[in-house]
Amino acid sequence: MADALLDINGLDAFYHDFQALYGVDMQVSQGDVIAVIGANGAGKTTLMRAVTGFLKSRAEAIRWKGQAIGALRVDQIASLGIALVPEGRLLFPSLSVEENLIIGGQLKRKGPWNLKRLYSLFPILEERRNVPATALSGGQQQMVAIGRALMSNPELIMMDEISLGLAPVIIKSIYEALPSIVGEGMTAIIVEQDITKALAVSTRVFCLQEGRISLSGNSADVSRDAISRAYFGV
Amino acid sequence: MDFWLDPLVQGILLGGLYALFAAGLSLIFGVMRLVNIAHGDLIVLSAYMALTTSVTLGLHPLAALVLVVPFMAVVGYVLQRFLLNHTMGGDLLPPLLVTFGLSVIIQNALLMGYSADPQKLKAGALETASIAAGPVSVGVLPLILFVTAVVVIGLLQWMFYHTALGRAFRATSDRQDIVQLMGINRAHVFGLAMALALAVTALAGVFLGIRTSFDPAVGGSRLIFGFEAVIIGGLGNIWGTLAGGVILGIAQTLGAKIDPGFQVQAGHLVFLIILAIRPRGLFPRID
Repeated sequence: MADALLDINGLDAFYHDFQALYGVDMQVSQGDVIAVIGANGAGKTTLMRAVTGFLKSRAEAIRWKGQAIGALRVDQIASLGIALVPEGRLLFPSLSVEENLIIGGQLKRKGPWNLKRLYSLFPILEERRNVPATALSGGQQQMVAIGRALMSNPELIMMDEISLGLAPVIIKSIYEALPSIVGEGMTAIIVEQDITKALAVSTRVFCLQEGRISLSGNSADVSRDAISRAYFGV
Repeated sequence: MDFWLDPLVQGILLGGLYALFAAGLSLIFGVMRLVNIAHGDLIVLSAYMALTTSVTLGLHPLAALVLVVPFMAVVGYVLQRFLLNHTMGGDLLPPLLVTFGLSVIIQNALLMGYSADPQKLKAGALETASIAAGPVSVGVLPLILFVTAVVVIGLLQWMFYHTALGRAFRATSDRQDIVQLMGINRAHVFGLAMALALAVTALAGVFLGIRTSFDPAVGGSRLIFGFEAVIIGGLGNIWGTLAGGVILGIAQTLGAKIDPGFQVQAGHLVFLIILAIRPRGLFPRID
């Protein structure tokens, strides 16, 4: 897999003495949309934390375009073009909607995304650009969180549980916006509890179970039975 | 009426100095939740730096600011990056204890270097110059000090709300972890915050040294005045800090008018009353 954009190889991750990931392997190529599914506590968010650098790992366990990045700082990894939409959105409350977006673009990486383009994707954000980010509804906040990640013009965008706690109609509208985000060759890793949604938007799927990859394959090919077994381990 | 007007005006002007004491404290607590016990001693250190600079180079103390302000900013950055950053993360206590240790070290280093004799920065005719404004006469120096404080606070406010650095400061204050996802090096932002705080501290130290005599042990009470101004004004509100300084200044000068021995205590009393009635200060940040 010399051409892998992101190459995760034998990744172990720990919270102090507790091991949360065991030898996880995952290859992500340019343009892939990867779904990561699994039960609560299976290690999905831990995987995101390891890739973004919040959890340090062995340097060679994570490679980005061949470069070992497992031991880099979070801001160094971000500047390489890896963005995260964190679980729970985690916007900056003292910044306005627009400032949240601008700070997302602080790295000034070149690319198609800017304020103008984001506002045409999510027009409601332009309308409410000067209010504090936390004054928005949950769905609008999720739009800001996605926009904040896009503003850095990442090559890889990772979205952790973007539908958690949102009304179904909002989830639908956010997922409808996804193709226009990943349509231009952007690579994406989507962590999702809703298996149907995850399979519908992704090209490949990985299932985590108790810190190990229990299933991987093309999203179109995996059977429901195989997923159930991988998900629950029965 | 004039009897009260004079201390009122002097108190307002004195408040400018307290606001300068407080601005640095407020900035570093706001950005990184660091309680800097050594703040008062850093103010005194700045005064001594200005003393050495002005004596050896024959400069006016206010001209010495040109050297002392950048020097203290560098001290702040180095201190933060190479010492305090290693103590940060989650718990408030380790950095607090380290700055307490720093306070002891600075005091004793100053004692060894400069002895315990009181020193003063000599500003010449400026110290006694005054202008008559109606029934009260206003000292030129306190007036310069107050204007400086207002300008510094105005600049800090502008920096916080209209620059990329200010945005990074606010975002770091909100979420120290997530801000790194924006490609922002938190350790560097912390260093810049401390550099800026100590630059303001240097200003405060020089004005302190011109206004009154100082010795290595006076840092503690400057720290208390700074804290009181921050708390009275309301945490996280930089104009509130100026208001807090002014209220503290007025309380002290009015207290001194009642009885000279009552000056400092009057300030503490007003502080305690406000803390009891409005625990979040008079102008807390709305969020």
